[in-house]
Amino acid sequence: MLEIRGLHASVLGNPILKGIDLTLRAGEVHAIMGPNGSGKSTLAAVLAGRDTYQVTAGEVRYGGRDLLELAPEDRACEGVFLAFQYPVEIPGVSNLQFLKAALNARRKHRGLPEVDALDFLALVREKLALVGMDESFLRRSVNAGFSGGEKKRNEIFQLAVLDPELAILDETDSGLDIDALRVVADGVNRLRDPRRAILVITHYQRLLEYIVPDVVHVLSGGRIVRTGDRSLALDLEARGYGWLEADAASAPGASAG
Amino acid sequence: MKTDSNAVHDLANREYRWGFVSDIESEAVPAGLDEATIRLISEKKGEPDFLLDWRLKAYRHWTTLREPHWANVQYPPIDYQSIVYYSAPKRSAEGPKSLAEVDPELLRTYERLGIPLREQELLAGVAVDAVFDSVSVATTFRDKLGELGILFCPFSEAAQSHPDLIRRWLGTVVPYTDNFFAALNSAVFTDGSFVYVPPGVRCPMELSTYFRINAAKTGQFERTLIVADAGSYVSYLEGCTAPMRDENQLHAAVVELVALDDAQIKYSTVQNWYPGDAEGRGGIYNFVTKRGKCLGRRSKISWTQVETGSAITWKYPSCILQGDDSVGEFYSVALTAGRQQADTGTKMLHIGKRTKSTIVSKGISAGRGQNTYRGLVKIQRGADGARNYSQCDSMLLGDRCGAHTFPYIDVANPTATMEHEATTSKIGDDQLFYCQQRGISKEHAVSMIVNGFCKEVFRELPMEFAVEAQKLLEINLEGSVG
Repeated sequence: MLEIRGLHASVLGNPILKGIDLTLRAGEVHAIMGPNGSGKSTLAAVLAGRDTYQVTAGEVRYGGRDLLELAPEDRACEGVFLAFQYPVEIPGVSNLQFLKAALNARRKHRGLPEVDALDFLALVREKLALVGMDESFLRRSVNAGFSGGEKKRNEIFQLAVLDPELAILDETDSGLDIDALRVVADGVNRLRDPRRAILVITHYQRLLEYIVPDVVHVLSGGRIVRTGDRSLALDLEARGYGWLEADAASAPGASAG
Repeated sequence: MKTDSNAVHDLANREYRWGFVSDIESEAVPAGLDEATIRLISEKKGEPDFLLDWRLKAYRHWTTLREPHWANVQYPPIDYQSIVYYSAPKRSAEGPKSLAEVDPELLRTYERLGIPLREQELLAGVAVDAVFDSVSVATTFRDKLGELGILFCPFSEAAQSHPDLIRRWLGTVVPYTDNFFAALNSAVFTDGSFVYVPPGVRCPMELSTYFRINAAKTGQFERTLIVADAGSYVSYLEGCTAPMRDENQLHAAVVELVALDDAQIKYSTVQNWYPGDAEGRGGIYNFVTKRGKCLGRRSKISWTQVETGSAITWKYPSCILQGDDSVGEFYSVALTAGRQQADTGTKMLHIGKRTKSTIVSKGISAGRGQNTYRGLVKIQRGADGARNYSQCDSMLLGDRCGAHTFPYIDVANPTATMEHEATTSKIGDDQLFYCQQRGISKEHAVSMIVNGFCKEVFRELPMEFAVEAQKLLEINLEGSVG
């Protein structure tokens, strides 16, 4: 579903990603771990099409298409969803209105008519339950005045309603207490689906106790320096990132970015 | 790919869809203003003597005044002698008795503006008075309203058919001595709407006036007077457009509202005069005096305005809360894009006991637009238990525009309760990207965010006009993002 080959990206001329290779198939859950500043969030932003980052080399194929040539809204309509690390507040626009606009944009893109109001309400009610939120939440403005936990739950709620093919979770666990973490992780687990690929970006192993990944990648200095199974995450927990960074620095070609 | 921050700057591509010129033969008086011009206007309208006298007094007073320059707007000097003060489509001396006699080109003009004047095509609940340059060309549903005793007609006709009402109320809210532009209007006003709602009558439909400036170098000076007698209710809406022209045109209107005991007037404006081009060439100078007097007890006057057009807007729809327990409201959305400038707000003058006022102002600045809220809440000594709530919010798109707030508060009674809230926000690249990542285009995201910002005002508009207002805002924001 997603194939990243030799991806280089920079911000304001500073290289951040220095050659990422990654393949993600439908039904798989991959985790990307790494220390602060390793390029995790940059990778998520580049995949979503944030134009503050410039792709300088490499390619990204999504469902056989060149993802990088699509506008951000077209990527979204094609099924790419990013759960933001810092969800944005939009005062005056209700969650319901926002989601409806988003869902209808996707439907229009796919040549479908706008969603019927009653069907839509039934859909959002069902998905609200998934993240343990009540209906009053729908009338509130998007993320405005939400607690950190509510914002993250809202991201998962949107993910559930929009039903994307590729979900990228950017540090969805940051700032969550253990109860909120469980709610969010449960929500994600229920969204695991043979049609869907999920990329979980996290600093800590903790989230992966709840969302068990098929593959773990370790990102350091803008490159993937290790790929393994779940036990790699546990190693990192025990040993920290330091040993990997030392490895990365001495690895051939590390300075090529 | 264009960066987000560039995108929110670029307003050059905005188009004004109402900018066409109608090919209508018109008769106009020569440019320039003196007593002879005023006598000529009054004569053309067959006015009673008292009205001519009033105009002349206003004119003489005007010649002693100087144009005010305290507003936060800039424009080159206006040459009042180069303006045409009267222009009307040519027609028979009698004027059209029914729509069948109205020039078809005029009907087509209003159709293109989305205001069909044939009654069967109108929105069922709306009666329309169509004012073209200096005269009213058609008023619909008059017979139906007449059955209830409601008068809804062109001002110039009311001056002939109901001189007593005009004499009694004209200038009682906005005297000709009020300000420079009100004095000018009083001297040369040409047409506008007159509404009288008799005691206890609830007007069953929206009354609406659609103002259109067509002729070049012509000013529009309309005068609207609405009197709601005891226990009556009326909702009135005005809309305005003008052709695209390179020179500026002056629109100096006066609106007076009077509400007697327990009467309610709801006055809504959707103002979309030509704003000028992206470089600030052309556009309407909208220098307008609007004021309502809550004369009776428990009366209520509510202003709602959506100001999206004009090169310059200078306007402060206000309420004089004279009757005890009377209520004044002001809900405003003002958008300035391109090189537009707006200095707008309200005055709430609390005189009666337990009078209440609410002010909700939403200013949106884009491009190089400058948006100023200016408001005065004055509580007089006798206004025991008066209350005011004010909320002034500004939103910026891009970083070359400006938002300014000047709230004045003057309280002479210690029992008054005053609340004031103000916010300034900016549509950020983060918000736009967040929406885009959910599949929503930038354009749609901007309009959704702006509409969300204006929600409290839009819900005060009559239903069908709220939809219009949202569309208008969308169109006027077009091109404000890449």
